[in-house]
Amino acid sequence: MNSETKVLLIGGSAGSISVLFQMLPEINTDIHFPIIIILHRKSYPKSSLSQLFETMTSLNVIEVEDKTEIAEGNIYLVPADYHLLFENENTISLDASEKVNYSRPSIDVTFESAARTFNNSVTAILLSGASQDGVEGLKNIKQHGGKVAIQDPNSAEVDYMPRHALEQLPDIIQLQPPQMAQFINNLK
Amino acid sequence: MELDIIKDQEMEMLLEDVSAIYGYDFSQYSKASLKRRLNRICLVDRFASFAELRYRVISDKTYLQRFVEEITVNVTEMFRDPLFYKKLRNDILPKLGTYPFIRIWVAGCSTGEEAYSIAILLKEINLYHKALIYATDINPTVIEKASKGIFPLSVMKQYSENYIHAGGTKDFSSYYTAMYDVVKFQEELNSRILFSTHNLVSDSSFNEFQLILCRNVLIYFDKELQNKVFNLFDSSLQTLGYLALGDKETIRFSSLEKRFKQCKGHKIYQKMS
Repeated sequence: MNSETKVLLIGGSAGSISVLFQMLPEINTDIHFPIIIILHRKSYPKSSLSQLFETMTSLNVIEVEDKTEIAEGNIYLVPADYHLLFENENTISLDASEKVNYSRPSIDVTFESAARTFNNSVTAILLSGASQDGVEGLKNIKQHGGKVAIQDPNSAEVDYMPRHALEQLPDIIQLQPPQMAQFINNLK
Repeated sequence: MELDIIKDQEMEMLLEDVSAIYGYDFSQYSKASLKRRLNRICLVDRFASFAELRYRVISDKTYLQRFVEEITVNVTEMFRDPLFYKKLRNDILPKLGTYPFIRIWVAGCSTGEEAYSIAILLKEINLYHKALIYATDINPTVIEKASKGIFPLSVMKQYSENYIHAGGTKDFSSYYTAMYDVVKFQEELNSRILFSTHNLVSDSSFNEFQLILCRNVLIYFDKELQNKVFNLFDSSLQTLGYLALGDKETIRFSSLEKRFKQCKGHKIYQKMS
């Protein structure tokens, strides 16, 4: 029932950066969808996370600005202190409204917006974290027929977030960090 | 969980009603954001269906202000993006200090936190006496709040940290008096701020400024409306004046791009011609 992936979302909180470090270098450059990364992080001092990610992949890493047009094969990092919404399948909007789950960016906000916009053509992965953020979003994506996965809670530095997702979605795909790139490369 | 109480088509219908009855035109607001806000208002104000919301908006004039307040985003902070304010303090405002009179427009000021931040900066570099800050917003309710200078005590710790990161050296609490769970900022700080309503969608230029701040407002507009507002700012700025946008907003792709020069590392653009 899963259709072609038009966008891949990766959400993470505490303990997820090391997973990304492991996964990013292994992702093929010919993937046919954009990757959106939503991470909880501090807004001040400004971080150079996007430059850091750039050093470990030959895909373009872009910290998005408002109304950025997204294209396949690029990695888009949601900036600190903004939510990311999809205006349509090609354009994002940033949003500085209230925090959701004590977070801005909120993973739920982007996951839900993707479900609305891309329907069943979304794939989402939720990584390590100490928050509840992202779980509702995974459920929404699944309801719309998209594909959802989590980091295997036993492999997570902070297992609260993926474990909570597993409780809500018992049949969700569980991935070890070393398997994630392959999972992504094999997405139709 | 059902994602949307309100469908796209219903949203369009409601926006047409609001425009026809009350003259507020939200048709060029970002649809993604607007839809979130409309669904949020249904939850917060307990409308079980679109029809209920629509009936209330159409039939209850007094509800409209609340509607406008809820669908526009009024999240703001004092000294948000401390490095931006540091740049204003150390570079931009001292340059404006060479003019006999400084006019600043805070467009989309919401509850006024940015206007007060600018007032504090100007005061500390001894320019406030010859400055005038115009702080405007579409929504009369937030303007009313802004003019009172009363803010929650709970956010002062954050604002104080922002202020220090922005280069502030004073005791931030010296600017306000705490009363129970709120603080009131010194009267003197808003003595040179003019609060008034102004709708960026439909109202025209009303003065010429040396600095216009419009930060994290345009993200809620579609590209076409963004361009229209950029032109409004252009015609409201004197040559060599500055336009300051939010950290993730840009004049790239607009007609201003060629005539404005960006301050390196900041979303501050100077009008060159």
